[in-house]
Amino acid sequence: MNAITLTDLDVSYGDTKVVHGINLEIAEGESFALVGESGSGKSTVLRAIAGLAPDWEGRISVLGKARTHGIDRQVARHCQMVFQDPYGSLHPRKTIDATLAEPLAIHGLSNRGARVEAMLAAVGLDRRFRFRFPHQLSGGQRQRVAIARALMLEPKVLLLDEPTSALDVSVQAEILNLLKRLRREQGLTYLLVTHNLPVVSFLCDRLAVMRHGRIVEVAGVDQLKAGALTEPYSKELLAASGGHAEILPT
Amino acid sequence: MAPLVDIANLRVSFPTPRGRVEVVKGISFTLGRERLGIVGESGSGKSMTGRSILKLIRPPGRVTADRMTFDGIDLLAQSERDMRAIRGARISMVMQDPKFSLNPVMTVGEQIAEALVTHKKLPRRQIYERVIAMLEAVRINDPARVAKLYPHEISGGMGQRVMIAMMLIPEPDLLIADEPTSALDVSVQAQVLDIIDDLVRDKGMGLILISHDLSLVSRYCDRILVMNAGTVVEECVASELQNAKHPYTRGLLAAMPTLDESREELPVLDRTQWAGT
Repeated sequence: MNAITLTDLDVSYGDTKVVHGINLEIAEGESFALVGESGSGKSTVLRAIAGLAPDWEGRISVLGKARTHGIDRQVARHCQMVFQDPYGSLHPRKTIDATLAEPLAIHGLSNRGARVEAMLAAVGLDRRFRFRFPHQLSGGQRQRVAIARALMLEPKVLLLDEPTSALDVSVQAEILNLLKRLRREQGLTYLLVTHNLPVVSFLCDRLAVMRHGRIVEVAGVDQLKAGALTEPYSKELLAASGGHAEILPT
Repeated sequence: MAPLVDIANLRVSFPTPRGRVEVVKGISFTLGRERLGIVGESGSGKSMTGRSILKLIRPPGRVTADRMTFDGIDLLAQSERDMRAIRGARISMVMQDPKFSLNPVMTVGEQIAEALVTHKKLPRRQIYERVIAMLEAVRINDPARVAKLYPHEISGGMGQRVMIAMMLIPEPDLLIADEPTSALDVSVQAQVLDIIDDLVRDKGMGLILISHDLSLVSRYCDRILVMNAGTVVEECVASELQNAKHPYTRGLLAAMPTLDESREELPVLDRTQWAGT
């Protein structure tokens, strides 16, 4: 069974259609990346799956079940999203405990205290952070909280929208390691949006290159590593993020 | 030849309820007509270093130095009025985000012209020609049309190029670029940096490129200063970056994933060893 299947997906904001006819199949347990420049529609695809861009046509199914256009609790239960900016995505007036317990309250799950503690441990945050506010945490710690919140409902699929682009390189490395470990431990499926190709190389199995709301190319990560992408636009992207390999520490 | 910029023991501090905190702790460097990169993580003091050269740090922030000269001028002794004649005309600065740095109620052309008119008296016709020529130099197609647009009508990459045009039109001797591309896409980043690079080389200017991206700085600079917690931990020639010795620099280099990544796990900095606070 596929974790996410998109069939002829079009997404519009008002009168402007920003995503045109996306067809994509992401297997369970896979880590898949959408790459492209800003305005290419990659985040919009994620938002449509999460239910944040309700004006779509076509078919979205998550773990074999078709998604409705409204608020879909079944999808929310199995598919959660992590946003780009940890400074903007946490409620400034809620403690970490309240932030993490909220999804449990919405879905009527019990034993909240123990679950929050367990999740803090899973994302590598000390338990003393539990009753702090977001402004008392660093960017990397906040992003750990955002990941913890997404994992509270024990979802199978995680939608990651540029999860490390607001962070410093050394903090980025910590978060990438965390995401890799969580995927291994919990058998998660990732759909990652990024414009950083080295991150794709570290975290993903396959990638799709998007431009102007369309998928230009789907390739395995081996092709990316070998620099063997075929479409001219993909090659352009690859060249633009080149140079990383040149200063590889030996 | 005397260096363009000569700084010795620069310190920047800000008051907090628990006493003054030094964010730049006595750094020294000189710059000729070359490209210098300053890299470091957030909070390392790299932006503050750039700003203090332009004396842009306002009270209660305090800047002290044993020596801070630019082209023979003692910057520490300059009054606010003197600094205004230097800013823009001799030293200019490209800021991080074009969205917040351009005036939303002036057209692009007017803003670029303003930068020029502030420092030089020229006939109107000549000003217009210079603006169009500058927009062409930063590779904007159809400059006559773009000059009439407002900042919200242009893309981020274009906005950053407009800002570069604005900063370079008075032909300064030194350009300070503070994270000029971190608000931009990878594909546009390279274009913008190539433009800066070409213009800096053609005009024989000095460049200080401030960034957190090691690989980017090593591609576009001659010399690199690595900063951490307000001090310079390492200085090296850009091409020698991979042979960096300081554990902090090595840690940063290793923490970056590469395009052909095969490591199972990325090494993480042990912050207790060098972290400021």
